Amino acid sequence: MRILIEGGRVIDPANQRDAVLDLLIEDGRIAALREPGSARGGGGAPPQTDRLLDARGKVVCPGFVDLHVHLREPGREDMETIATGTRAAACGGFTSVCAMPNTSPVNDNQTVTDFIIDRARRDGLVNVFPIGAISKGQHGEELAEIGELVGAGCVAISDDGKPVMNAELMRRALEYASLFRIPVIQHAEDAHLTGKGVMHEGRVSTELGFKGIPAASEAVIVARDILLAELTGSHYHVAHVSTAEAVRMVREAKARGLHVTAEAAPHHFALTDEAVMSFDTNTKMSPPLRSSRHVEAVKAGLADGTIDAIATDHAPHTIQDKEVEFDYAANGIIGLETAFGLTMTVLVEGGVLNVSQAIARLTCDPCRIFRLPKGTLSVGADADVAIVDPTREWVYDVKRSASKSRNSPFHGWKLKGQVLSTIVGGKVVWELEG
Amino acid sequence: MNERREKAQILDAPGIARAVTRIAHEIVERNKGVEDVVLIGLRSRGVELAQRIAAKLTEIEKATVPVGTLDITLYRDDFGRAATQPMVRRTEIAFSIDDKKVVLVDDVLFTGRTTRAALDGLMDLGRPRVVQLAVLVDRGHRELPIRADYVGKNVPTSHQEAVQVFMAEEDGVDRVVIYEATDTPGERARVTRAATDATD
Amino acid sequence: MGWTRKDLLGVRELEAEEIGLVLDTATSMKEIASRDIKKVPTLRGKTVINLFYEPSTRTRTSFEIAGKWLSADVINISTSASSVVKGESLKDTGLTLQSMHPDVVVIRHPVPGAPHLLARLLKASIINAGDGAHEHPTQALLDLFTIRERRPTLTGLKAAIVGDILHSRVARSNIFAMQKMGMHVRVCGPPTLLPRYVESLGVEKSFQIEQAIADVDVIMMLRIQRERMGAGLFPTLREYSKLFGLNLDRMKLARPDVLIMHPGPINRGVEIAPEVADGPFSLILDQVENGLAIRMALLYLLTGGQGTNN
Repeated sequence: MRILIEGGRVIDPANQRDAVLDLLIEDGRIAALREPGSARGGGGAPPQTDRLLDARGKVVCPGFVDLHVHLREPGREDMETIATGTRAAACGGFTSVCAMPNTSPVNDNQTVTDFIIDRARRDGLVNVFPIGAISKGQHGEELAEIGELVGAGCVAISDDGKPVMNAELMRRALEYASLFRIPVIQHAEDAHLTGKGVMHEGRVSTELGFKGIPAASEAVIVARDILLAELTGSHYHVAHVSTAEAVRMVREAKARGLHVTAEAAPHHFALTDEAVMSFDTNTKMSPPLRSSRHVEAVKAGLADGTIDAIATDHAPHTIQDKEVEFDYAANGIIGLETAFGLTMTVLVEGGVLNVSQAIARLTCDPCRIFRLPKGTLSVGADADVAIVDPTREWVYDVKRSASKSRNSPFHGWKLKGQVLSTIVGGKVVWELEG
Repeated sequence: MNERREKAQILDAPGIARAVTRIAHEIVERNKGVEDVVLIGLRSRGVELAQRIAAKLTEIEKATVPVGTLDITLYRDDFGRAATQPMVRRTEIAFSIDDKKVVLVDDVLFTGRTTRAALDGLMDLGRPRVVQLAVLVDRGHRELPIRADYVGKNVPTSHQEAVQVFMAEEDGVDRVVIYEATDTPGERARVTRAATDATD
Repeated sequence: MGWTRKDLLGVRELEAEEIGLVLDTATSMKEIASRDIKKVPTLRGKTVINLFYEPSTRTRTSFEIAGKWLSADVINISTSASSVVKGESLKDTGLTLQSMHPDVVVIRHPVPGAPHLLARLLKASIINAGDGAHEHPTQALLDLFTIRERRPTLTGLKAAIVGDILHSRVARSNIFAMQKMGMHVRVCGPPTLLPRYVESLGVEKSFQIEQAIADVDVIMMLRIQRERMGAGLFPTLREYSKLFGLNLDRMKLARPDVLIMHPGPINRGVEIAPEVADGPFSLILDQVENGLAIRMALLYLLTGGQGTNN
């Protein structure tokens, strides 16, 4: 199968490439990058291909890679399945996603990993890399069979949804994981400091009378874990970092040469805790939306590379889990389809990143830190490509989402930057209508 | 904002004073004195009128006649329907009305609905021996079987016209004025509303 | 200017003129309490539903009487004895009520924002009778009304609110309402019971009651709850009373004409000494009486205003 993508601005940060080129895909791999028009014969005759995509005026980049997605299958297929979640991913320009293990049953053993991989092979529209649990059942007590999980295909381990509160267990997880050279991902919060908090502790929570979650809750665990990472020399990755304090500590850890990485979710740079004043439960997530001081720190962290990756933490929830009183609502929002638009609108238009850096945070940087063989347009690489228009304006309509769930606070937002086509393994898996 | 056009002035200050005097004498005559007579003015210009009538009665009969004020907003029949919600003011009647001869005093008698509301309000406050109605102007167009016992002046009007009473205590001047009929229903409604504190 | 809002969800969003309108209307309503026949026909045929997810005697009774004096039909639903016990969601409860076409739903709920959820779902006017620690707007309005009866000009007055501000919806609503009317507010309590960011609400913060009450026109004491002890927020009621209780000795430090208020129910001898609660400057019972007038005024304004004309 040959696909030629003609005349697009090819941005491939991994290869420091930013030029107008024709991209040729053959048999599922990047075959060549050539001067524009060179694939056409004399007199501009169209080349011999199965598909010809006109990308003039558009950007052609590696398909995005999301390190943090909840596909909910097995167990909560009412919220999302691997089929619908990967479809949402494709709509958002993502060609690979890492699936968190807090399914039901938890992915703490090979059988569940096998199931996920099998389902993904059968129903998935994009590549799915499972993440295994750190502890059995994610109970935070005993290590899961990490070796087996890695053998079955897990690319990292995490108890995401919950923090590993026991420092001894965290230490042992870091030590053990280093055997397999996989990152240990921490959902960083102190369960006691968080308590029954439902939003960021600050001026807004004081006005609204909600129990607040202090920034210190995230910071104390990140501080502790960085010391453990130093002790063990292992790779420690902070999931969905949201506080200025945590960003600062990751920056310092990196400067000291520790193997510490981090990701941030779009909602943590696009919204502040002010959004909660509407009582819309689509502003409730963990970690919570923070005040502007923290949002600025997250942006600065993305700009200077302290935060390596943009990861959506796509967390579908049914309407009945969300359309309840704020305290009782489930945490989390969907995010695969709005990630690129928010990145362009808030970070690039906002002068925090240029287009190439933004694409890097969505492609080669996440792959580099997780050692995934994706995120580039090198010749011979898997043909996972996204064709996007970074300046096209569109309005996000959550009702037309490919996800099964509708929990997004961005419904109705005017965004700049839209995904036009998504190619996985050399096949067009999604195209924008019209 | 359209200015209402004044059609005519139907009473001036001396005219109002004469009407007050005549009404006071009629009250005395009808009730054979002022024993057990109380005046209750309907907010807001009915209150001023009631006070003037009471003063005149005191002059004539050398006796004090108690005056109270009744706010009928909570008894109106157009609750929730009016274009704007009227302001509720206080009812202040410092005496019992049981077994008294109550003279309700209002500035303009029009449809009769205000008087109906006032009667309901009075009944919640006690059991008068008799209720009489005194108005400065009767402009016709009754929508309920209500009539005034004492009338300052009968003024034939068309339904779309508006009658406004100005009293010195509140408006700085004593006069009664007819405003011309307006063409637009909205304007008519606004003028009718503005003409008196309450539709009546 | 009439009332135009469909709901009363909080004081924070009200303009000073709107607050003034409620207080003025309540002045007129208060007269009805002195009549022999405490009834006016104004809300005849209207249905008011009290939906209380938290137990309450005084507020619920106050709303019930207010509705009845206005001739409305009042229904009380206390959720401990309803299908909520079977797990019915607030949304479903609301929609079920909607099919009975109430004109007003008064809701008290332990979670902030619950009345807002109902307001989005129902055509009825929603009155917030207390949502978690967020707001208790009718309390703040009756408190302002009570102060205004003694001090006709609210602008420039100083108030001290003493107690568990952290968990108090009465404190929050009063802070918003008082500031809206130009009053200066100071909050006082132990550091564990004062929100960390309370000054961002525009109030002064104090940990010493002696200092807090010295120059204020109004002292508002809040009830201290036993449950807070277990959460490590302060050691004992005894210690709280010693450090923050309003007793006769501390009263000597206050202005001689200071007004004493408390939303009730009071813990005699804990946050307020009996002699102070029953003393000449205590407005605690006036507050209850005025609560009735305020709630009547709100039922009148919400059902008669343009906001309900759909």
